[in-house]
This record gives sequence, C-alpha cells and structure tokens, in this order.
Amino acid sequence: MPVNADFQGRVYPPTETYRVSVAKIREFAEAVGSSDPVHVDAEVARVRGYADVIAPPTFAVLIAQQCDAQLISDPEAGIDFSRVVHGEQRFTHHRPLTAGDAVVGTLHVDTVREAGGHAMVTTRTELATEQGEAVCTATSTIVIRGGE
Amino acid sequence: MSAQSSTPAATEVRAFDSVSVGDALPPRTVHVDRARLVQYAGASLDRNRIHWDERFAKEVGLPDVIAHGMFTMGSAVTLVTDWAGDAGRVVEYGVRFTKPVVVPYETGADIEVSGVVKAADPETKRVTVELTATAGGEKVLGRALAVVLLD
Repeated sequence: MPVNADFQGRVYPPTETYRVSVAKIREFAEAVGSSDPVHVDAEVARVRGYADVIAPPTFAVLIAQQCDAQLISDPEAGIDFSRVVHGEQRFTHHRPLTAGDAVVGTLHVDTVREAGGHAMVTTRTELATEQGEAVCTATSTIVIRGGE
Repeated sequence: MSAQSSTPAATEVRAFDSVSVGDALPPRTVHVDRARLVQYAGASLDRNRIHWDERFAKEVGLPDVIAHGMFTMGSAVTLVTDWAGDAGRVVEYGVRFTKPVVVPYETGADIEVSGVVKAADPETKRVTVELTATAGGEKVLGRALAVVLLD
C-alpha cells in the first residue's frame, strides 16, 4: 500500500508532557559514550550556566520518535513499519534539554513523496516547554522501501 | 588555552580564536557490540528487533543485526562535544544515514570517526565541523555537520 500523500502538511496536537529526568539523561549519555560530566554532575552543569544536568545533543530523538509514532501507527497513513529505514536526522537546539524540563512535542508532516519506488516522509517535531519556550526542532526523514 | 576554571571537572569551552578552517579534530574509534545495542535500545526506547535479534534481522532481509542509526549519530558527535569542551554547545547537528553498521555477534564493529572544521563565523562564534564515520571501509554517515557555539 502506498503512503497516503494526503498526510503532507498535517499537524498533530501537542503530545502529553515528557519530563526530562536526571536518570534518563545519565542512561542515554552512557549508552552513546558521552563522558562529558555535564550530563551527570549538577555542580559542573551549574558552573557552566545550566539549571541542572543537560542531555546529549541527540537525546531529543527519544521524544521525537514518540511523536512520530502518531503518524507511523496510523493505519490510514499506510506506513509499513517493517519496511521503514531511517534516512536523515537533524536537530536544531535553541538550548540544551535540561533535567526538570517538562516538554511537549508538536508533530508536523512536512513532506510525503515517492522516489525510485520508495516513499519518503519528512517529519518535524517542535519541542517546547509547557510554558511555550522553544527548546529543540527535530527533523527526521524515513524511507519506506517499496515492495519486492 | 587561557583562564583557570573554578571547578576542575568543568572543562573549558574551546576559544573561537584558537580555531581555523581546516583544523582536524582528534579521531576516535567507537566499538559497538550487541550488548551496547541492547543498552542503547533501552536508553533510547528504540526497541526495533533488527538492532538486537539476529534471526529477526535476517528474516527481514538484513545481513545481520545492524546498529541504530541514532546510536552512530549520537556516538559520533562525542568527538565534537569533547573537542568543544561542553556538550551543551551543539546548536545544529544533522546527518544522512548512508549505510547500515552491521554488528556481527563474534566481533562487533568498529566505527572510525574523524572531523574537520569546515567553517568558522567570527560574528556568531559558530564553528561547523564535518564528521566522517566509516565502518568496514564504508561511509555510514553522509553530510554529517555539527555546528557548535564557542567562546
């Protein structure tokens, strides 16, 4: 089934709040091998001007992929998850995600296109605090491989 | 290098004036094995079975378990954050995933990461680093650019 082009331009309502925790930041930093103490030592973080420990630059994907699931799991979108490959990823950080942040993500489906028998879908998740402060823009392109 | 820090553990942010276009960052090798992929799956909540279940990966046409693209992206940028002196200074980071990193059970895989300064803007003190990441001799990231804000 081809990907539903009508989804291009769709904007989803903001997700439930995601609370950025000290524990998840540490776990993520250890998993990607980021040894900067700013991820685990609140005193180091404060000396550098942050309110608390901060997340590594790609941590936002954890929240963004939960937002993307709204599209990918929608049967009307026609996306076969078993054929999905991650094509591109980009982050623009307005400031680092920080422990204690309560953030919501708003998912935008920027483009849906076909190329070479594959479908490509570019989504953009705008992450902001509950108070509306923009924190990060995460843009992802997935490729849905065509049938054999 | 100038100025002393009040806390030894708080590394100094690299001075913009010490950086030139063409500078090479110290390269590193990121070793990834199945245990690391399970660790990343748990940390990132990306539990897709192609990243840890060899039988499943082969059933869907892959040569073997492959690393999460986001693991490669996240581990490669540590080259830049360690060089910059603060992981919070990355303002932009984008990559294309050009080839999967295949992770055999016995040996795991080595990802070779290097970086070079492509642009440095004195107005904003923003420095653009282009990263190169290869595994098994093939480029696994394309157009991998990280922009850091220096002092």
